[in-house]
Amino acid sequence: MSVRRIGPLVVERRTLTSGRTLVLLRMGAIVLALVVGAVVFVATGLPVAGSYRAMWSGAFGSLDAFAETLVASTPLILTGLAVALAGRMLLWNIGAEGQLYMGATFATAVALWYPDVPRPLLLLAMIAAGAVGGALWALGPGLLRAKLAVNEIITTLMLNYVAILFVGYLVHGRWRDPASLGFPLSKPFSQNATLPTIHLPGIGGTRLHAGFLIAVAAALLLWFVLRGTRWGYEVRLIGESPAAARYAGMPVARNIVLVMLAAGALAGVAGMGEVSGIVHRIQPDISANYGYTGIIVATLGRFSPIGVLIAALLFGALQVGGFSLQTLGVPASIVGVLQGVILFITLAAEFLARYRVRWAPGTPIEAIELEREPDEGLAQPAPMRAAGLALGEGKSGGDAP
Amino acid sequence: MSQVEGEDPPLVELRGIVKRFPGLVANDHVDMRIRSGEVHALLGENGAGKTTLMRVLAGLYRPEGGQILMGGRAVAFRSPRQAIENGIGMVHQHFKLVGSMTVAENVLLGWSEPRVWLAKRAGVRQVEDIARRYRLPVHPDARIWQLSVGEQQRVEILKAIYRRARVLILDEPTAVLTPQEAEDLFGTIRSMAEEGAAVVFITHKLHEVVAVADRITVLRSGRVAGTTVPSETNARELARMMVGREVVLESSARVTSPGEPVLRLEGISARNDRGLPGLIDVSLATRAGQILGIAGVAGNGQRELAEVITGLRRTTAGRIVLDGRDMTNRSARAMIEAGVAHVPEDRLGSGLVPGMSMAENAVLKAYRRPPVARGPFIDLGEARKVAARMLDTFGIRALSPDAPVRLLSGGNLQRLLLAREMAERPSLIVAVHPTRGLDIGATEAVRRALLDQQEAGAAILLISEDLDEVLALADPIGVLFEGRLVAEVPRAECEVEDLGLLMAGGSGGEDRQ
Repeated sequence: MSVRRIGPLVVERRTLTSGRTLVLLRMGAIVLALVVGAVVFVATGLPVAGSYRAMWSGAFGSLDAFAETLVASTPLILTGLAVALAGRMLLWNIGAEGQLYMGATFATAVALWYPDVPRPLLLLAMIAAGAVGGALWALGPGLLRAKLAVNEIITTLMLNYVAILFVGYLVHGRWRDPASLGFPLSKPFSQNATLPTIHLPGIGGTRLHAGFLIAVAAALLLWFVLRGTRWGYEVRLIGESPAAARYAGMPVARNIVLVMLAAGALAGVAGMGEVSGIVHRIQPDISANYGYTGIIVATLGRFSPIGVLIAALLFGALQVGGFSLQTLGVPASIVGVLQGVILFITLAAEFLARYRVRWAPGTPIEAIELEREPDEGLAQPAPMRAAGLALGEGKSGGDAP
Repeated sequence: MSQVEGEDPPLVELRGIVKRFPGLVANDHVDMRIRSGEVHALLGENGAGKTTLMRVLAGLYRPEGGQILMGGRAVAFRSPRQAIENGIGMVHQHFKLVGSMTVAENVLLGWSEPRVWLAKRAGVRQVEDIARRYRLPVHPDARIWQLSVGEQQRVEILKAIYRRARVLILDEPTAVLTPQEAEDLFGTIRSMAEEGAAVVFITHKLHEVVAVADRITVLRSGRVAGTTVPSETNARELARMMVGREVVLESSARVTSPGEPVLRLEGISARNDRGLPGLIDVSLATRAGQILGIAGVAGNGQRELAEVITGLRRTTAGRIVLDGRDMTNRSARAMIEAGVAHVPEDRLGSGLVPGMSMAENAVLKAYRRPPVARGPFIDLGEARKVAARMLDTFGIRALSPDAPVRLLSGGNLQRLLLAREMAERPSLIVAVHPTRGLDIGATEAVRRALLDQQEAGAAILLISEDLDEVLALADPIGVLFEGRLVAEVPRAECEVEDLGLLMAGGSGGEDRQ
């Protein structure tokens, strides 16, 4: 329904959002988030300006800090893309977390079994393995959705637990490093199996690794695929209007499977990046809920690859800035509250960009609905109401409830 | 034109009701009297203002002018609830039921809410009583989603009776019913009237009016065209009242000599979305350079027919032959590639993608072929050029090929859709209600495009509810009723009123009384 009542308020879909409204809403959101954040700081007895300054410098204050922000955003870009691509076809991929773990597992298998293959070859093989692992993990939900209309939200979500527990099984068992003193860790990767770090001018060692470049490249590639290929056109069109896609003879079911495979591959590469670029081994906590945060990143980025890129950077900065607040003695939970507030307000602004909320107590909702969309017959100018009888006010038979 | 017979004030009197919508007057000073114990049919074409008038009575719309009197006393309903409290019950075409709740819960919902638990048991008993008394067989504990459409309608009627409706309004009640269910409904309507209630029955099916109504009010273009009783009229006269004029036959159909058959359907049957037979044993043939018109009231198999031919719906029996090749149950893509163009009935629902640009919509079918397709890539610059050409040749006023399609007016939408379909140089065009909702200019453009294609040698299947249009363009003309092709005749032998009767389920050439 395009109209809904909440108490005395009526929420209706906007037909068109002007650019000015969008800019105002987003700026308003930032200001409001800062104000609410200030209230949180004051309530907990922290200096407002100082805290914000600490967050800012933690995320952007130096090249080193900025590198950390990019490191944190790397997996979020890829999982965000994994959710956004599926979302373009109205599929909810809640399984990026599990796909990330399976990608990490497959990449680790290659790293552990062939530690001495030359580095470029080994890394390419690990990327491919990560993509395959993630894709396989999304294949089942894709097939079930395409062939049997099984809800992909449930299947992808459930498979997350399977994947995470499977990694646990491996590192507690056959992949456990004998030298780990009983900790559930795999053996460290060989040098050849680790992604090189990117050397920024001026400072030597940051943790920024080549995975970031892979993630950015993936976003750009996906952007091009959606805009510039026939397949991307089909995907966008199916998402906009499944009925029109069928009308145009597009293979909807096949594209559901393909999109899920591609989404899984993206999340799988995120897993490869984490094990090969950051931890250099596999262990149960390789992901800080990156797969789930990817859902928020995708939503915030409005399901566009470039939007995801920006949203992931914002999230990375929030995370890293939050850490530096913690080093000032701010409890981690306050940092979490702050992140939640910012997120919530930004999402509210995006909602308001698409819907108008107005005060209309007492007006029956049906009346508003009907006024918005008068009957098809009514919209018809009189001369076109044909002669003859019975010009079918019954809308064609199959109006399922 | 209301009659002056009874001395008592009528149960409900509508006086000079005016209701406007942006750009049109839906009700223009409408008078209507509804008496206790009568079944009152409200008859009229699509868009005549029947539903609007009853929504005013049911408190959903506030009229801009006029009065509602109940028992001679003026009332003004500020909400549907007030109307219900005054004994007005309306069963809408689209039911207002909660699918996951039981029949009894739906009946009680929003009416006797406090003390749900106590009221519920009593409510179930009351529902059972009403169901028995009015022969509305439905189990009070069944959940709505388990019920057939006919049963759901019974729940809506139960709801109205439970709320002590003295006036029951039924909006096109038989549109969703099987003939047997319709008979049962008429029984219920009669027994309600016998108990003193008034039933208003919105319809456009003449035989129903004659079968069940005590009094008939005919609306035309928002005004009352007449009030009468069945014994003083017949279907033919009612038809004339609804149409209001002798049908002008501007014969724009061009004389062409039809060529080879392009499309042949041999005994095609198919199910509708509800899994019931939607098409039954339909056979027809369309020749090159010929427009075969299929008249009929929407919901009698038109959509199914179009979808079967365009590969969007599977057949359960029969054969589809296109250009001599068996194309039964081939995919939509195969049909497109075989040269079948499709102007669907819901242009924004399936023919076009509202959120995408005109350029992207223009290549909805051409995107698989060069020059738009370049290997696996798509050349959106080329798509823009294609769209610009279409805008130009079809005189579509639009901002730019990059503007989203949903910003176009109805007429320009249809022009764009036609331009795209014609660009495929089809050998067969399936056009469903191609001018519905369009203004005169757009209608002319659409009709001209179809006639040009006919001249160019395409076979055209024109499915339309608009008898004028079918008569102006098509030859021969067939009529679909309840999934069957009930007649197919050369245009020269067509009588408008015969076609009208066939569309309403009568048989041609006789008056039903």
